[in-house]
Amino acid sequence: MTSLRPDVEGSQILDLPNGKYGVPDMMMHGFQNVRSGNTPAHPLQHSEKHWHENKKMMDFAMLRNLQGLHAPLKLQMELNITQKMRRLPGLGSSHVLEESLTGRDMMLDFEDIFNDPDEVPLSSQPHIQMEKRLNIL
Amino acid sequence: DGVVLGADTRATEDTVVADKNCSKIHYLADNMYCCGAGTAADTEMTTQMIASQLELHKLNTGRTPRVTTANRLLKQMLFRYQGHISAALVLGGVDVTGPHLYSIHPHGSTDKLPYVTMGSGSLAAMATFEDRFKPNMEKAEAMKLVRDAIAAGIFNDLGSGSNVDLCVITKDKVEYLRPFDEANIKGKREGNYGFKRGTTAILSTEVKKIPFDIVSTQVVTSRSDSAMDTA
Repeated sequence: MTSLRPDVEGSQILDLPNGKYGVPDMMMHGFQNVRSGNTPAHPLQHSEKHWHENKKMMDFAMLRNLQGLHAPLKLQMELNITQKMRRLPGLGSSHVLEESLTGRDMMLDFEDIFNDPDEVPLSSQPHIQMEKRLNIL
Repeated sequence: DGVVLGADTRATEDTVVADKNCSKIHYLADNMYCCGAGTAADTEMTTQMIASQLELHKLNTGRTPRVTTANRLLKQMLFRYQGHISAALVLGGVDVTGPHLYSIHPHGSTDKLPYVTMGSGSLAAMATFEDRFKPNMEKAEAMKLVRDAIAAGIFNDLGSGSNVDLCVITKDKVEYLRPFDEANIKGKREGNYGFKRGTTAILSTEVKKIPFDIVSTQVVTSRSDSAMDTA
């Protein structure tokens, strides 16, 4: 049974993202530095980053124990389909069906109020984002 | 049949009073109010968040929200942030199941009790409650008891002060009495520190004329079209 709070940062394995030939690809991911992104800025950073996913895992584990394996399997299947339906990068998707399935459309959270993705002042270039997505950078 | 919530009105920044008359009893729903102690921004934002969630819930279900719903929402949010949101709350309200009073600590633990206190003046207020609380008090007696408890906090604790706010929630209506009792009125200045005329004796008077020389004269006409351009 997973716990409601995700694991503490000290117990995770950190992998530097690798490009072709097993060497870190600087065009795709920038200069790799073990020190740069690994110490958490806030003790809750890891917990918050994985909060929704962890809650989902916990709910599915409970469902599996209560109703059997079919229940989380069916729900996960529907969620997988909705997660594939996305717009091209640069444009924001509205996640309507995904939020209906997870129940997020009935809830208000700090993510809905602060840091609204609609109000981001800086926009990145869609060409670069597509190249990065298709790995042809 | 009802809940009486009381709060003082002082907001401090360490040892300096930042706000002499802030309102610490926050609105959650028509039948629920929440007193907040701790960081002022945290209590304000948390209660606003939960008020929005309760409104959304009420629109979804079509029923007035229960106090235990608000309790659970607050508890789950505060536990998620592991005490980094330092908001210690006293939640009270009346719903279909009756009157309820909860205390919620910053790390997410809650207690359901007949009388609770939170904040820096909580010990003084709790002492008053422990002495004089009886179950099934009348409304006036309960209001006086809460007022006395807050006054105990105001006069014996540096972090609490100024006036007493009270909020009485019953099944049909809510009385938000702000201020209920002004315990600390600023005193009027009694004396005047200015000096009267004639305090210093005048020894001698001399009038001198300072000669001015006119250097240049310039005549400027005020053109009416550009002088007052109100377009």
